[in-house]
Amino acid sequence: MDGLLHQVFSGLATGGIYASVALALVMIYQATHHVNFAQGEMAMFSTYIALTLIQAGVPYWWAFAITLVVSFAIGAVIQRVLMTPMANAPVLASVGIFIGLLLMFNSCAGWFFGYTLKPFPSPFGEGKPMLAGYLSRHELGSTAVTLAVLLSVWAFFRFTRLGLAMRAAAYNPASSRLVGVNVDRMLALGWGLAAAIGAIAGMMVAHVVFLEPNMMSGVLLYAFAGALLGGITSPMGAVIGGFVVGVLENLGGAYVVGAELKLSLALVIIVAVLVIKPSGLFGRTIVSRV
Amino acid sequence: MGRTLLRHWPLLFLAFAAVVPTVALSNYQLFQLTMVAVYAVAILGLNIVTGFNGQISLGHGAFYAVGAYVTAIMMDKWGVPYWATLPVSALICACTGFLVGLPALRLGGLYLALTTFALAVATPQLLKYKLFEGWTGGVQGIVIDKPDPPFGLPINADQWLYLFSLAVAAVMFLLAANLVRGRIGRAMMAVRDQPTAAEAMGIDLAMFKTRTFAVSAMLTGIAGSLGAIAIQFVAPDSFAVFLSITLFVGLVVGGVASIGGTIFGAFFIEFVPNLAEQVSKAAPGAVYGIILIAFLFLMPGGLAGALRKLLRLA
Repeated sequence: MDGLLHQVFSGLATGGIYASVALALVMIYQATHHVNFAQGEMAMFSTYIALTLIQAGVPYWWAFAITLVVSFAIGAVIQRVLMTPMANAPVLASVGIFIGLLLMFNSCAGWFFGYTLKPFPSPFGEGKPMLAGYLSRHELGSTAVTLAVLLSVWAFFRFTRLGLAMRAAAYNPASSRLVGVNVDRMLALGWGLAAAIGAIAGMMVAHVVFLEPNMMSGVLLYAFAGALLGGITSPMGAVIGGFVVGVLENLGGAYVVGAELKLSLALVIIVAVLVIKPSGLFGRTIVSRV
Repeated sequence: MGRTLLRHWPLLFLAFAAVVPTVALSNYQLFQLTMVAVYAVAILGLNIVTGFNGQISLGHGAFYAVGAYVTAIMMDKWGVPYWATLPVSALICACTGFLVGLPALRLGGLYLALTTFALAVATPQLLKYKLFEGWTGGVQGIVIDKPDPPFGLPINADQWLYLFSLAVAAVMFLLAANLVRGRIGRAMMAVRDQPTAAEAMGIDLAMFKTRTFAVSAMLTGIAGSLGAIAIQFVAPDSFAVFLSITLFVGLVVGGVASIGGTIFGAFFIEFVPNLAEQVSKAAPGAVYGIILIAFLFLMPGGLAGALRKLLRLA
């Protein structure tokens, strides 16, 4: 029982990271109906930026903040330069561009920073486990950061004018343009936000899995599974899905399939969702007019 | 006379491709051309589903892996001759493709891309799985023997392997070209361009897409079998997600929905990474990424599309 609880708690801790990446994916999906296959690699690249800053002697939280700003800028620039011209292109083109970005970020990271595993510091210290030994300090801290991020994103979309404008631009671009919302700018903003959220997830997970260019490929897969499980049309669902997938992954890895098959678990979840409930737990069923 | 010659250019090309390299090239260069033939069939498979039917697959490396493993296991464990493994591998890959496509293609949109991407990432893990280790050899993989030329032909093993792969590739291209040109091909493109109209004409969209996906997986699986015979070795880590992405890059560079363009794509993915690797270990990925994006912006028809435009201008 103790072991089980332990697995559940650390599953929630990694689940928070999947939830963040899943949220980033869903934000872009809602606005543009694109699935950003490069989301994980962008987060990985941001984490390298953070590590470089920290190694240059910048204090952790300053490096954290600078990384967020830089990631936001990278995301917005990618949207402006690559995605805007492709807005009406066939799906193949947008998927191709995401795959191209994935390759470029991955190999640039390898090129600039090398392929060796690098330890990434935790701002919460090593210290003793907390919460009756169920969570390490880092797990607790990263879960707190993730929850804070999710909460502020929710509040941003719910209570600010800008958040409302962004939701409007995603929901109905034509009408939003008519009431004076700058839809292109909203899309760039969304991309920047998604990149920044991904960067936070990257910095939190890097302490656990160590930093290397392929660090995020597994995380991205679980985030896909989480987003689909929660419903790819629902940000809230994606977050809950991310947490659920984190717990399932940990329990499955510990008791059912073993650590070597953990990635296949994501595949199983994805296929199961598509077979049983394609709209996910909280998503809208999509009805298309014929 | 000139016109008849032009009409039969594929035959001429094939005769040229069979004779000249076999005589003129070294064994290593022949091996590279063998791999071009292998990749051409693999990309052809991807082209059937992504190019002609408009369903994006990012996981065809998985079917390539299944084909390679079927051949390697049959040759290594049961002593089946290499040529006899191809039909079995085709059948198994078609069934695998059908099963993978079924849940994802019911839904359309990006779900196939998502599922196949997940499949591609998980493939090495599945191949390493302990329960299969008795067959797959786990992380170590399987080493197989190079086939000898039959009937006492006066050529060496590499030359035979090249001719064999070329012959199989030629048959696959012929089949694919006929498939695409016929009734089924028109239905594929109708499903891609006007799904609603296609459905109104009586095409069962989900079933049709799934069958197309199975055919495409079959072709790529046969390519995997040929690749395993050519390299004489299979191991889980050679079938990572990068392989699937490589095939996708070959498709875009060669030309989406162009049978002939597939060959350009195969040359590209065989030779460009080797050139780029001389610069840095990371360079092939970066080059792929840049070229992929550049092609999508500047030459969406790929090399085949550019060539066609050039010929029309001339």
